[in-house]
Amino acid sequence: MTALPYVDGNMLDGPLGEVFAVDLSTATGRCAHCGTASPVAGLRVYSHAPGLVARCPTCVEVMLRLVRAPDRAWLDLRGATFLRFPMPPERTLIR
Amino acid sequence: MGIVTPGFEGRPRAGAPNLPPGQYLTPDFPVLSAGPTPKVPRETWEFVISTETGMEYRWSWDEMMALPQEAPTVDIHCVTRWSKLGTTWQGVSLDTLLDGIDTVADYALAHSYGGYSSNLPLGDLRDGRAWLVHTYDGGDLPAEHGGPARLLVPHLYFWKSAKWVRGIRLMSEDSPGFWETAGYHDYGDPWREQRYQGD
Amino acid sequence: MRWLPARLVERRVETPTAQTLVLEVPGWPAHLPGQHVDIRLTAPDGYQAARSYSLAAPADGDRIELTVQRVPDGEVSPFLIETYREGDPVEVRGPVGGWFIWRPAQTDPVLLVAGGSGVVPLMAMVRARRAAGSRAPFRLIYSVRTPTDVFYADELRRRVRDDAGLDVAFVYTRAAPEGWQGEPHRLNLADVNTHGWPPDLEPLVYVCGPTGFVETVSDLLVGLGHPARRVRTERFGPTG
Repeated sequence: MTALPYVDGNMLDGPLGEVFAVDLSTATGRCAHCGTASPVAGLRVYSHAPGLVARCPTCVEVMLRLVRAPDRAWLDLRGATFLRFPMPPERTLIR
Repeated sequence: MGIVTPGFEGRPRAGAPNLPPGQYLTPDFPVLSAGPTPKVPRETWEFVISTETGMEYRWSWDEMMALPQEAPTVDIHCVTRWSKLGTTWQGVSLDTLLDGIDTVADYALAHSYGGYSSNLPLGDLRDGRAWLVHTYDGGDLPAEHGGPARLLVPHLYFWKSAKWVRGIRLMSEDSPGFWETAGYHDYGDPWREQRYQGD
Repeated sequence: MRWLPARLVERRVETPTAQTLVLEVPGWPAHLPGQHVDIRLTAPDGYQAARSYSLAAPADGDRIELTVQRVPDGEVSPFLIETYREGDPVEVRGPVGGWFIWRPAQTDPVLLVAGGSGVVPLMAMVRARRAAGSRAPFRLIYSVRTPTDVFYADELRRRVRDDAGLDVAFVYTRAAPEGWQGEPHRLNLADVNTHGWPPDLEPLVYVCGPTGFVETVSDLLVGLGHPARRVRTERFGPTG
């Protein structure tokens, strides 16, 4: 079995949990390159690198990058046209 | 700072005078990658230097191998904090490749098979400080370390030494590369700990 | 998500190179089987190292369990196994992961496929199933190098006897125990066919192990006709 150098998008939850108030692991992201929408948990994450690089499982282009310095973080989402999150239903006003 | 766990030291960090601040020594050669390893056959490999006026200078594998070869022994420093001392390489000096190229550019962007890129001042590729290397430790440079050929600029953090390099764009303005657009330093001097933008 | 202080309260030897650590984390929020936790160690000079570990057991108040495989030349796992003492603090952040989870309210048949220490989050599911009195049929295929590398060996034997509706099949890749049918081999199509569920039962499948293992197994499963969206994966790399 060859050692492949990437892991699942699941591992983004901890690092991104520092940045986002919503749970990204249940989010869906659309690749800006090929247009495929995939669960963030299913992205291919290259973590043996200066930052985290999450790639589209279909076309392998970069969708998300996160660089964490001790006192700052950079989140680059230019490879994703959207992130969609499940949210609790909005309360409607009854008039 | 977090809560100290008694007995935890982490990897040895201080010590050798030739170790930049915040680095630890490793006897290994860790493989770092931001994406899949591109497979580049030597038959189709080429190296291109393009100038700010649009001139292009190309080398095939055989043409590059026919140039004068050098064998630098250098220390390398990765921004993820490992350093490896006394690594041995073979390749062509960038002085040789840049010789005779007409340019007044101040900046360079190394770009790679697979889409990686990294920027640095053109001056840092000159004066015997940078090589296009194809041999590591006496053998062909393995693909996971950037083979068939990578850039070697050991006086800057190692992410500047682009793996699978396919060319260098010479430019009048600085243009940040893959990691530099995501927070890493445009210059990256390990002795001044220029890890992130603003360091 | 904040880093919470935690202390080691118990340690259990699983194999010559793996141990289960029980940590007490005041204020720990509940978690679901399959989730993981980040552990952070700080040295006296402020140097820090963090690693992610799967939670091995269902929520139990302020207590969490993780099973740590010692990675040769690793920075964190050898410390946790050899040096870390009962009562000493670490910091934890979690629970993390909302995808690779099994909810005890789910009733679909479940296939769990573990490669090596990938069994840890799957064991949390097996334990949670019994704790919740779930009747969801569970099958676990556990690929492991040799019999001495099996995590939770006694407990798995006991659960196969006592937990109705749980089946466990081992696949040995290097050396098999006496009485095991066949030669040691990498998990293959026949194993998945024999010990898994047919796709028309629409099982939920959880695969956890090294990236190459997960890649192979999920290809096999999808090839057998399991829809890709029913195959949940968790790959891990060799950070120590």
